[in-house]
Amino acid sequence: MSNLSSGNKSAKPALKPLVKSVLSSRLTFPLAVLLIVVVQNIITTPTFFHISITNGLISGYIPNILDEASRLVIVTLGMTLVIAATGGVDISVGPIMAIAASFCGLLLNGTEYRTDIFHSPLILALLVGVIGGALCGAFNGFLVSGLKIQPMIATLILYMAGRSIAKQITHGQTIYLMNPVYKWLGVQIPGVPIRTTIIISTVMVILVVLLVKLTSLGLYVQSVGINGSSARLVGLNSRAIIFMAFVICGILAAVAGLVESSNVGSVNSGELGSGIEMDAILAVALGGNMLGGGKFSIAGSVIGAYIIQAIKTTLYAMNVRADQLNVFKALIIIVIIVASSNVFKEKLKKVTHKVFSKNMSVGG
Amino acid sequence: MKKLITVLLVAALVLGLTACGSKDSTASAKSAASGKLIKVGFAQCKADESDWRKANTKSVQEALSEANGFKLIMADSNNDAAKQASDVQSFIDQGVDYIIIAAVNKDGWDTVLKNAQAAKIPVVLMDRTISADPSLYNCWIGGGFYKEGVKATDWIAKRFTADQKVNIVNLQGQLGASAQVGRSKALDDGIAKNSNWKLLARQTGNWDTKTSKEVMASWIQQYGDQINCVYAENDNMADGAIQALTEAGKKVGGKDGIAIISFDANKAYLQQCMEGKINVDVECNPLLGQGVASIIKKLQSGGKVDKENSVEESAFYYDTITQKVIDARPY
Repeated sequence: MSNLSSGNKSAKPALKPLVKSVLSSRLTFPLAVLLIVVVQNIITTPTFFHISITNGLISGYIPNILDEASRLVIVTLGMTLVIAATGGVDISVGPIMAIAASFCGLLLNGTEYRTDIFHSPLILALLVGVIGGALCGAFNGFLVSGLKIQPMIATLILYMAGRSIAKQITHGQTIYLMNPVYKWLGVQIPGVPIRTTIIISTVMVILVVLLVKLTSLGLYVQSVGINGSSARLVGLNSRAIIFMAFVICGILAAVAGLVESSNVGSVNSGELGSGIEMDAILAVALGGNMLGGGKFSIAGSVIGAYIIQAIKTTLYAMNVRADQLNVFKALIIIVIIVASSNVFKEKLKKVTHKVFSKNMSVGG
Repeated sequence: MKKLITVLLVAALVLGLTACGSKDSTASAKSAASGKLIKVGFAQCKADESDWRKANTKSVQEALSEANGFKLIMADSNNDAAKQASDVQSFIDQGVDYIIIAAVNKDGWDTVLKNAQAAKIPVVLMDRTISADPSLYNCWIGGGFYKEGVKATDWIAKRFTADQKVNIVNLQGQLGASAQVGRSKALDDGIAKNSNWKLLARQTGNWDTKTSKEVMASWIQQYGDQINCVYAENDNMADGAIQALTEAGKKVGGKDGIAIISFDANKAYLQQCMEGKINVDVECNPLLGQGVASIIKKLQSGGKVDKENSVEESAFYYDTITQKVIDARPY
C-alpha cells in the first residue's frame, strides 16, 4: 500500500521535520493502528503469521483477513468518493449488493432455486448485475445532485426498499448457485493459488486510484466536497461530479455483491451484505478521512477496511466469547476514534514537541 | 425544470398511494360483507432472515389470509428486540383481536405483555419461547428446540465409539434466541454425559452463511485437523462451515469425513444431506401457520387451548434419506 501514500515523501535527514511530517501524514495513524492490531497477535496467537498452501490455496490468518475484507474494501472505495464529494454517506450500499446479486442469480438460475446449470451466459448475468448497481447509484445521485436531498436521507430510500426489491427479483427465495465456474469469481480460479476475492479487490483499488490520479476526478471531487458553490464558480459541474460519485459507488457495491454471492454460493436477499454500510463508513473514518467531505485518501480508507476485518479475525482467533464479541469490538473502536481525534492529536503533538525541543537543547 | 420534476414525483407518489389504498379498501369491503374479519397482529423477528424463516412467514401469511377470515397485520422487527416490543405495543394501540409473536429475544417482555393482558388481547407465541411469566400469554406453538438438539447428540453418540475423541466446534444461532438456547443446551448436556466429547470452540454465526464461513475459516487455522464434528445450529450456518472446510481441502460428511450436524432441514440442505455433505439434518417445522390459525379459531369460539403445542418433527440422515423425501418437501 506504500506506493499509494502521499504524505511521507518529504522525509529529510533531520529528525524534527521527519517526525513532524510522519505525525502530520494522515496515513500514519491508520497504519499504526493496523500495526498494533497485527503485532498484538504475535503475543496472543503465535500461529497468526503462519502461511501455508492447502488445497492449492495460500491460507492462514493473514490471507483470511485479506479474503474476508475484500468486499468491504470494494464498497469502501465508493463510500470514500461519496463522502468526499458530498460530506454525506451512502447507506444503501448493502441493499445495492443484494439487488445486483439477485439480478445475476435470477439470470443464471432461471426459475430453479438450486442448480449447477447456467441459464444465461455468465458474462451477461454479471453485466446485468453491475448495471443494476449503476442504476441504483444513478437514482441516489439524481436525488442528491438533482433534487438536493441530503445524501443520508436520499439513500435511506434504497436502504429501506432495496432488500424488498431484491426479494421481488428472487421471488422471496434463496438462490443457490452450484456451478463450480461461478465459484471462480469469489473463491478460486483453478490453478491460481491466490483467492480471487483478493485479486479482484486489489484490481478495484488500483482502478479507482488510477481514476482518481490520472483523470482530474479526484481533484474535482475534493473541490466540490470542500465548497460546492465555489467549485461551481470556477467552472466545475458539481452536480455531475456528485452524480458520478454515486454511480461509481453503486457499481462498486454491485461488484462486491457479485463477489459475495459467489463466495457464499448463494443469494439471500435478506442477508447478503447486511450491515456493511456501517463498516464502510467506519473504514473511511478510521482511514483518517474527514466525514465532512473534501480531502480524502483512498489508501487510508482501504487500510481502515483491513483494520476492521483484522479486529474481527483477531477476536475470533482469541476465542472471545460470542456474547462479548461486540463489546470488545466497540471498545477497540472507541480507543481508535478517540486517539485519532484532532484534540488528542494536538495534545500528542505538543508532548512530542516538548520532548524533542528538550533533546535538542541538551544536544546543542 | 427542478420544480416540474418535484411536482411530477409528488404526483406519482400520491397516485401510487391512493391506488394502493383503494385496492385495500375494496378487498376488505368484499370480505367484510361475508363476515367480520379477525384482526391479527403478527410480530415477526426477521421475515427473510433464513430459508426457514421465509417459509415460516409465508405459512402464516397463507393460513391467516382474508379468504380464511383473517386480517393479518405483519410487523418485521429486523431482529431488533426494542423495535419488536414497540411493534407489539402498536398492535395493542390499534386494538387488534389477537397477537402472534416470534420473539427476537427471550427476555424483556413483561411490560408489553401486561399491557396486552390489560387490553384483553390474547397472545400466541410462535416457535420462539420467552422468559416472561406463563400467565402473561395464552399459549406457545412450535418445535422443541432442546428435543431437536437431543436428536442430533444421539446421532453423534452413535457415530463415534466411546474410545474415539470427538472434537466439536459449535456454530451458535443469534445469542438469546430460544432456538439457539435449546440447541446449545442439548449439546452441553451431551458433552457432560460423554467423557470422550470435547467442545473445542463455540461462536455465534448469527444464523448466517457469511459469518459462519468466516468463523469456520478461523477455526481451521486454529485447530487444523483436530476438528471432527461441526454442530451448526441452522442450515445456512452449516452451509458456511461446509464451504470453509471444502475450500481448505477437508473432507466433510459421509462415513469418514468431518461429521456435519445441521438443523431446520430446508429442501436445499436435504439435497446436501443426500449428497452426503450433511450427516444429519434435524427438522424444525416452519409451517406453523395452520396451527396458529386453528388455535385462534378455537380461542375465538371460547374453547380452551393447551399451554404448549409441540408440532411433530423428525430428522434426516445422509445414509437413509431418499430423493422422494426431498421432492415432497414444500420449503
